[in-house]
Amino acid sequence: MSNTGTPLVEMRDISISFGGIKAVDHVSVDLYPGEVVGLLGHNGAGKSTLIKCLSGAYSMDSGEIYVNGEKATINNPRDARHYNIETIYQTLALADNLDAASNLFLGRELVTPLGFVDDARMEAETRKIMHRLNPNFKKFADPVSALSGGQRQSVAIARAVYFNAKILIMDEPTAALGPQETKMVSELVQELKRQGLGIFLISHDIHDVMELCDRVSVMKNGQLVGTERVADVTDDEILGMIILGKRPERAA
Amino acid sequence: MTDTSHTSTPPANPVKPTDGAFARFLKATELDTRMIGMIGALALIWIGFHVYGAVVNGYGAFLTPRNLWNLSVQTSSIGIMACGMVLVIVTRHIDLSVGSVLGFCAIIMGVVQVYLLPSILGLGHPLIWIIAVLCGVGLGALVGAFHGFLIAYGGIPSFIVSLGGLLVWRGAGFLVARGETISPVDSTFALLGGGPYGAIGYTGSWILGLVGCLGVIAGLLYGRRQRIQFEFPLRPVWADAFLGLLGCGAIIGAVLLVNAYPWPRGIVRQYAEANGIEMPEGGLFISHGFAIPVLILVAVALIMTVVMNRTRFGRYVFAIGGNPEAAKLAGINTKMMTIKIFSIMGFLAGLSAVVASARLNSATNALGELDELYVIAAAVIGGTSLAGGVGTIFGAVLGALVMQSLQTGMVLIGFDAAIQRIVVGGVLVLAVWLDILYRGKSK
Ligand SMILES: Nc1ncnc2c1ncn2[C@@H]1O[C@H](COP(=O)(O)OP(=O)(O)O)[C@@H](O)[C@H]1O
Ligand SMILES: [Mg+2]
Repeated sequence: MSNTGTPLVEMRDISISFGGIKAVDHVSVDLYPGEVVGLLGHNGAGKSTLIKCLSGAYSMDSGEIYVNGEKATINNPRDARHYNIETIYQTLALADNLDAASNLFLGRELVTPLGFVDDARMEAETRKIMHRLNPNFKKFADPVSALSGGQRQSVAIARAVYFNAKILIMDEPTAALGPQETKMVSELVQELKRQGLGIFLISHDIHDVMELCDRVSVMKNGQLVGTERVADVTDDEILGMIILGKRPERAA
Repeated sequence: MTDTSHTSTPPANPVKPTDGAFARFLKATELDTRMIGMIGALALIWIGFHVYGAVVNGYGAFLTPRNLWNLSVQTSSIGIMACGMVLVIVTRHIDLSVGSVLGFCAIIMGVVQVYLLPSILGLGHPLIWIIAVLCGVGLGALVGAFHGFLIAYGGIPSFIVSLGGLLVWRGAGFLVARGETISPVDSTFALLGGGPYGAIGYTGSWILGLVGCLGVIAGLLYGRRQRIQFEFPLRPVWADAFLGLLGCGAIIGAVLLVNAYPWPRGIVRQYAEANGIEMPEGGLFISHGFAIPVLILVAVALIMTVVMNRTRFGRYVFAIGGNPEAAKLAGINTKMMTIKIFSIMGFLAGLSAVVASARLNSATNALGELDELYVIAAAVIGGTSLAGGVGTIFGAVLGALVMQSLQTGMVLIGFDAAIQRIVVGGVLVLAVWLDILYRGKSK
């Protein structure tokens, strides 16, 4: 991948702090079409916080976001959706009392010509996409609180994939999944990549990342340690970046 | 193995061979066991009071058209507000101010229709009641929106805002009327509170009942068509037929009941004289029919049910209750939603003020006192979870009916006020405890 031309997303010099704690401290990352960029770092490094600035969940204190080379204003999740940015949150962000279809379409319900929510059509659409993503999924009528961790995760993934995202943010998408479901997510990531989406993939499983990603950005204590092409570094070098916060010698 | 690939649609809930007859029945009809339990409890209360009266006092007064008609009217005011309280509690809030807002709106409506408008429009002008009602519900909605604003944008807990409101609006009502009772209200306005003239009569009740039956049947047919169109599991035909019969039977039963309660003799004589009707030998039997406040309650309950189950707004109410964070991340403006929800609550408190002051034919400062507790109790007994995310309008109306049945029943059999309070309070706690047990089991 050549990564020339305009990046799909560019986050420049992003900072945000919570009462004195600099959760994200002057971090810049970018993402090209058809590329998967991994975000790595210990718990509390600021990965989730960084991508929440992109998804509109937080408003950053300073910094700029560019989408397709143009400055983007993202003040809330609706703004992010306008830029075709979809997010799978680490917490999944599901309303436990609603069924899969209601969660999938939350905030973007399909309505009848009279303006009423079209539950039947939403359930039919949900059945279609779940059939593609997780053929074992059966519990369409139950609230998602009745689902297993893996099933809940597949609802959250379906929601992000359904609406033709151009930019996909996946915050630990395989945390609650078994090996087989994890493999399905890996295949999905590769398929979406072929379709030309740009994907930010947050994971603490370094092997996942090395296998799926084109580049990795490593964070530590809210700061960016560095961004490397996966092809140019070894697992140990990445581990060094995560643990010691040091870039590999030759990569400067 | 996917549901979408079936060409023939299987039954909605697959029946297991281990299921008993009742379990099969519930699965086929998709009836909620919780609802059935509540209706059973209500039946128990009604029969209990009737039998107690028959045995101890020698006269069972509860299951009479007269008492049940009055019960329906008395339930209206609390029931209307309980519909709004469901939204408030589902979104993890509480509104302790509804009784005081009711009182304040009633006083303002009293001032408008008794002191202000007659001097401008002339006494008995047909616009008076309309303007008064608009003032009442509009004021209620504004007060509610103001509460919602303080909660959403000020970050003040709803418990505190509405506790303050409870004191403020009661005091404000007192200031406006200087503690005096304002009466009598406009004569058209008074019809909104019920009474012989404030009911729609024999023919009107039948027409409405038949329209209701058609609505039930149309709803079931539409549901079947939707399920067929999207190849979802269908209910067996007998189950749908049973639900149709149940719905229509309940409606027709209600019509028969309200038509079995005649006007009192004095009113009949008055009416006959005014209309130049010759009184026959045995007197005239003029049916009350459905009381107007009851129809207001039914209309509010139907509209709110549609709002909760069929609109985006309702979907967001449940989403916020289930997970406020997720609702926000899905792009829902949760602050604006809070304002709207409290505004609806205020609007309904204003509407209750119309019903309550019309029924009393006056606006007094004490109107609506303690109503907040009965309204919250009605919603909670009706299955609205204080943890948020769960609740139905129908349940809340049923809850209001349970509360009012207890109250009325105890008055009928001669329990005094102290015992009434003890029983109502005890029942509230018991109902919530049973609900917790039920939810724990159904998980
Ligand atoms: N809403 C918040 N309020 C206060 N502190 C926060 C908030 N969100 C994140 N933080 C803090 O920011 C830091 C980074 O957290 P996070 O982005 O979740 O890390 P990661 O996803 O890399 O594990 C942590 O110290 C966390 O406590
Ligand atoms: Mg995180």
